Amino acid sequence: MQKLPKWADIVLIPLINLLLAFLVSGLVILAIGKDPIVAIQTMIDGAFGSTTGLGYTLYYATNFMFTGLAVSVAFQARIFNIGGEGQALLGGLGVALVCLSIDWPHWLVALPAAAIGGAVFGAAWAFIPAYLQAKRGSHIVITTIMFNFIAASLIGFLLADLLKVPGSMDPATANFPPGAHLPTFNDIFALFGLDVFKHAPVNVSFFVALFCAFGFWVLIWHTRLGFAMRAFGQSERGAQYAGISPLKITVIAMLISGALAGMMAINNVMGESERLILNATEGAGFIGIAVALMGRSHPIGVILASILFGFLYQGGAELSLWEGIPRELVTVIQGLVILFTGALDGMVRRPLENLFLILRKPTKNGAV
Amino acid sequence: MEVFDTIIQISDSAVRLAIPLLLACLAGLFSERGGIFDIGLEGKMLAAAFLSAGVAAATGNVWLGLFAGIAVSVVLALIHGVASITFRGDQLISGVAINFLAAGLTVVIGQAWFGLGGRTPALPGDGRFSNLEWPVADALKDVPVLGPVYSELISGHTFLVYVALLIVPLSWYVLFRTRFGLRLRAVGENPGAVDTAGISVVKLRYSAVIICGVLCGLAGAYLSTGLAAGFVKDMSAGRGFIALAALIFAKWRPVQALMACLLFGLLEAIANRYQSIEIGALEIPVQFMQALPYILTVVILAGFIGKAIPPKAGGEPYVKER
Repeated sequence: MQKLPKWADIVLIPLINLLLAFLVSGLVILAIGKDPIVAIQTMIDGAFGSTTGLGYTLYYATNFMFTGLAVSVAFQARIFNIGGEGQALLGGLGVALVCLSIDWPHWLVALPAAAIGGAVFGAAWAFIPAYLQAKRGSHIVITTIMFNFIAASLIGFLLADLLKVPGSMDPATANFPPGAHLPTFNDIFALFGLDVFKHAPVNVSFFVALFCAFGFWVLIWHTRLGFAMRAFGQSERGAQYAGISPLKITVIAMLISGALAGMMAINNVMGESERLILNATEGAGFIGIAVALMGRSHPIGVILASILFGFLYQGGAELSLWEGIPRELVTVIQGLVILFTGALDGMVRRPLENLFLILRKPTKNGAV
Repeated sequence: MEVFDTIIQISDSAVRLAIPLLLACLAGLFSERGGIFDIGLEGKMLAAAFLSAGVAAATGNVWLGLFAGIAVSVVLALIHGVASITFRGDQLISGVAINFLAAGLTVVIGQAWFGLGGRTPALPGDGRFSNLEWPVADALKDVPVLGPVYSELISGHTFLVYVALLIVPLSWYVLFRTRFGLRLRAVGENPGAVDTAGISVVKLRYSAVIICGVLCGLAGAYLSTGLAAGFVKDMSAGRGFIALAALIFAKWRPVQALMACLLFGLLEAIANRYQSIEIGALEIPVQFMQALPYILTVVILAGFIGKAIPPKAGGEPYVKER
């Protein structure tokens, strides 16, 4: 029996969880002697008050859409891919190698090539933990955590030794050729004579992310493979009985997940820094976990949660600038969101279920 | 003789670096033996490191710092317990949340408290644990071979180092020779059986989580008041995860945990000392040394060298049958 109406499951519970997370964050701000109302005003103003601020918000949101979708797609098959960070780092390597390989004539050619490069590298990095889980039974959460660290060391080594510009002290690759420059929103609106989104890094990757969200929806709810993944997620044994191979589904789900995380690099590496630098992902892979939990592993939810976290990220930067509250406050909020929407979900869900059962009873009796 | 001195120095720093790993690893051991996965070791350690250093700096008393560190770590452990035992939430997700909470809160509160960008002031003499000199260590210093081993390697560590080393046999005794230990291990393998015997699964699991909190608190306090003199942002630097790796490496056994942590401490000590190591024509980059614990763990997990099998009921919330 469905204990909760669908709207309560999709809208009400995430909202209550989010409110709880914000409430506790507000208490933290109060505890350090600042005004939460002023803080939230500063954040909203910084994230949405100007097109530049909005441009940053959407830029961060683009990153989180990719990583959020990556975590979500694995969640659909009940696999917890905590390795989005490492996969996105490797994706950066793939994008950088593609961008630096030839003198690209036009971004329309460079973008798909770079996206494939990022996706392939990200997927490859996800493949090993997936294979080990399916074939050798090693816990995927632990292996993907380990792979995050290994990825950071690997990229650190490559940038410090092999990929950096000869003679330079800076652990970064050369700048990408101009043909690999992705149009920013500023460039796009300039075509119509508008000077908006000035200096903001948001670029065409935003649309690629939206397209990926649409692709996610098609894949999960309108294809055989998506059905197999969901069935596997609901009941591994049931799926096996129906002839779905656990090895195949685990590996495919993780390949798609890694590819999505890797594709994030077209935004942060190709679109923003235009070269590969150390720690290019800035923790976006981990925020994907919060985004996926918040968005209930549904593309629309992921898009909304990404914009929320984009707002928190950009607003958090403004907070540290104007209010002297460190931007790590965003990390606290992120932790609280994960705690309330992920781990403490039952705390809100169970009382609500009871409430709805009580509310429903009279109508049932009436029907009898 | 110079080679020998170098070996002594590296071993000495390996021991120092192994201690936080060891304490966190034993913390994870109790938790996971009791059926509660804990990837929040890192966060608990970080929070304890911060509060220990903060309180020690504010009061000038390292003991108060130690207790504050343990207290905050136990609070975080209890949050994990409430989420994963009482509300039967996902233990992995709860651990991730705790890591983020600690990473953020330490900086936010640290900035408000001391205004030093998230660090605490450097701790003065009484604000940190001093090194304990063993009897006649100074006199024996010049005795060849055994002298340096005794005076540098065995003597001259902080109080917490010896405590940590003593906790290893103690953990073994508690887990494998007491009734509590047997029940704790049973609750990690088959909670249903424990419940049938009329023993509270919830109580046992909470005690596992609290022990885990206390040990993580010690680990964190050691980081900021023993190993270093004060807290800096993100100072746990992935040690909680290396401890997790060591736990798998040790296949959830205390003495083996000591060995694994010493090995990983040694790797860190070598990586700290040398930028790169040349073996013949082959040059091993420092990043490889840093990544080695993680690579070894994956290899172990994959079962290519011995199989690491976690406690059977780990990660599963227990639902009492009605």
